[in-house]
Amino acid sequence: MAVMSRIGEKVAPLSRQRALGIFYAVVGFLILILFSRDVQAGDLATLGLNTPRSIEWVKLPDLVLPVLPTVWVLGLITIGLGSYQALRGFQKTGWLLGVVSLAFLSTFLVWAARAGSFSLIGILSASLQLATPILLGALSGVLCERAGVVNIAIEGMMLGAAFTSVLVANVTGDIMLGLAAALATGALLAAWHAVMAIEFKMDQIISGTVINIFATGLTNFLNQRVMQVYQNLNNEMTFPYISQVFPDLAKIPIVGPLLFDQTPIVWLALILLVVIQVALFRTRWGLRTRAVGEHPRAADTLGINVFRVRYTNVILGGMVAGLGGAYFTLGSVGRFDKQMTNGRGFIALAAMIFGNWTPVGSFASSLIFGFTDALQVKLQILIGKVNIPSEFLLMLPYIVTMVVLAGVVGRVMMPAADGQPYKKQ
Amino acid sequence: MAPLLELDSITKQFPGVLANDHISLTLEHGEIHALLGENGAGKTTLMNILYGLYHPDEGKILVRGKEVRISSPDQAIHLGIGMVHQHFMLIPPFTVTENVMLGEEKLKNGVFLDRAAVAERIRAISEQYGLQVDPELRIRDLSVGAQQRVEIVKILYRQADILILDEPTAVLTPEEVEDLFRIIRGLVKRGVSIIFISHKLKEVMAIADRITVLRGGRVVGTTRPAETNSAALARMMVGREVILTVDKKPAEPGDVVLDVENLQVLNDRKQVAVDGVSFQVRAGEILGIAGVQGNGQTELVEALTGLRGITGGRTRILGKETTKATPRQILETGVAHVPEDRQRDGLVLSFPVADNLVLNTYYLPPIATGIVMHRGPILAEAEELVERFDIRTPSVEVPAANLSGGNQQKVIVAREFSRPIKLLIASQPTRGLDVGSIEYIHRQLVERRDNGCAVLLVSPELDEIMSLSDRIAVMYRGKIMDILPAEKATREQVGLLMAGVSA
Repeated sequence: MAVMSRIGEKVAPLSRQRALGIFYAVVGFLILILFSRDVQAGDLATLGLNTPRSIEWVKLPDLVLPVLPTVWVLGLITIGLGSYQALRGFQKTGWLLGVVSLAFLSTFLVWAARAGSFSLIGILSASLQLATPILLGALSGVLCERAGVVNIAIEGMMLGAAFTSVLVANVTGDIMLGLAAALATGALLAAWHAVMAIEFKMDQIISGTVINIFATGLTNFLNQRVMQVYQNLNNEMTFPYISQVFPDLAKIPIVGPLLFDQTPIVWLALILLVVIQVALFRTRWGLRTRAVGEHPRAADTLGINVFRVRYTNVILGGMVAGLGGAYFTLGSVGRFDKQMTNGRGFIALAAMIFGNWTPVGSFASSLIFGFTDALQVKLQILIGKVNIPSEFLLMLPYIVTMVVLAGVVGRVMMPAADGQPYKKQ
Repeated sequence: MAPLLELDSITKQFPGVLANDHISLTLEHGEIHALLGENGAGKTTLMNILYGLYHPDEGKILVRGKEVRISSPDQAIHLGIGMVHQHFMLIPPFTVTENVMLGEEKLKNGVFLDRAAVAERIRAISEQYGLQVDPELRIRDLSVGAQQRVEIVKILYRQADILILDEPTAVLTPEEVEDLFRIIRGLVKRGVSIIFISHKLKEVMAIADRITVLRGGRVVGTTRPAETNSAALARMMVGREVILTVDKKPAEPGDVVLDVENLQVLNDRKQVAVDGVSFQVRAGEILGIAGVQGNGQTELVEALTGLRGITGGRTRILGKETTKATPRQILETGVAHVPEDRQRDGLVLSFPVADNLVLNTYYLPPIATGIVMHRGPILAEAEELVERFDIRTPSVEVPAANLSGGNQQKVIVAREFSRPIKLLIASQPTRGLDVGSIEYIHRQLVERRDNGCAVLLVSPELDEIMSLSDRIAVMYRGKIMDILPAEKATREQVGLLMAGVSA
């Protein structure tokens, strides 16, 4: 509120900070214990840096790591960081969680590839790819929530857009029209959310839930009654990979497979990331958006139309979510499948929160989720060696989501007026 | 020359209330015109009309001699009208620069915000008017006084020359009030004209060139400080003779009732809000806690009444340990609590008056037997209290929300005072009340004291503290700066302590 407390600069010792440190140290010990099992002294793990498409003259040597020393080094680093956090405490702890997760996952990778090989570049490329819909969803969330409207309907918007994109692309035979339909679907569902949340001041969680249920129900129904019956409406339609259009780009070592063996939607997402990040913090639109999300009454007294800003942002957010929906179909498998978004819209929300409502932060956390997702897929292949039931592996992205959210709650700064309908006096 | 601003016969009707009834007012060039009136007299409504937030039902507005229609703050700004709202309209995580430029952004290359240029302007304005505003700081790191100066910079940045200040001193220390007055006089010298809204007689007498008094939505009269005095103004404001001082006998302190030792309490953000506070309140005395709002008083009162956990130190009531006691256990030791925010913590607004009157006894006979509540005794009890405490309500069955602020407060007072109490904790008991209700509440407090009750009074209104307390404790940044006997304490001394300057 306007009257701010000036006292309380001295923060009480938080046992929570200590608990986190202890937790990280335990993770360090787990690394040491879990990943030294079944390892022979002198086992080597080969991490591939090439794809089959890489041509001979730019091939890089594979990364070969001795398993046990790697486990020890990363394990001890994690224990060290955890202990420091428990005893002294770092100023900022967001990165710590990232480092610890990364250490855990890297050791896991090395362990899984023990006495064998594993395509590192393949998993990184897949991470970026799988991070894309999460990033788009998170950007959609950033657009809406920075203006003060909670959007938990990202999942529904993506699902609806995934459906219409396939349908329109097939009916018209034009994949660009399919993409346009995805954007339009996102915008339309967002406009609905906006009217309920802004105009009728409905609880935004309820409004978003309604859209999620509606999108799930309607796409399930239409999928069964239309797509299954007229199979030619659900033909595979995808954008060509960039490397298919510019084959030489894919031959560049590392960067090639990582950035160019991808659907153009990945690039659109990266461009949007930069544009939104810059616009939010350096343009008039961004300043007004953030003002409306923090203190709409103050913005109103300066002649800013709070309702218009909110409508614009929610609808733009819907379009970005729509693009995320198109990723699942036009950018990936090319066909619609029921409930194919599979909770990615909600993971996107987690990524946005973990990213502290900033585009760049959202991108970093999307990559963590994308990496987990890619890892889970790769591990299904390595199943014999890893010896973990596949059901548990499938849970991995969701478990990471929960751990991450539990770790950051209370540390991030949500826009102050997020979720609160604005009433004129 | 035509007056700078002229309001002619402005009328505004809200459902059930005639907020402004043919109000006419002029503001001359370079004038400080004070608008004096109690809460609900229509001051803020009138200014919101002038600022384009409300639309008048009747009447016209002339700026520089020309009739204008103001339908949004945007238009008001372009007419050169700026307003400092009672609750600041600043965005805490933004910098001063961002707050100032919002809505009137300077761009470079047509796209990007030109923060540097705006910061430069702010420095220039700050220099010119002696405002001491650093454009790079974030609002959440500024003191209340500094935030108010940012609000003024916001208006000067827009080159407004009509400045409306809505209750600008409510959140300031006496020191900061002096600063503000100095700034206001400087602004006037440089050609800004000011409408100063207040309900504080002293301030209006000190700063205004002309004073217009509003009561019940009408203009009672316009006068000048030289032609009137506080008592006459109070009479105009309230409509009858008002006793401005509280009559009380010297205190006869008895045994210690409340004993607070080295208390530490955290606020909602888990920061230390009350930092090692110790004091005692004895039977038959009023201990006043002075201090600018937000210095830990809220947390202190919540901790004493069991509403907030205590992280260090101890509290004892009548010798009984209450550090970990629940609100009900504390209440049952004979503690009455008049909370700071009566609408949020004092009443269940949607409940009938009768139910609100038994909120602390609803589980006891004769109102309840076991888990069953009896309507008859509730209504009987309520009727009796309404009678005894003179609560103006159409019936005890109407929701508490329908009552005026003063009568809502009387409901709380009736509920809390009707039990045999040993300790009364009253937090801002007269906030937002009219002079009549204030008199009533003050009399009740003194009467409790004379009946041997220990009273802890928390208030940011220095006048209230000075006139009621037997001893005065000043709170600053979670600590008690000092505890002074009331007869020896001076306003200046307490004011300095409120600003954190110890003698």
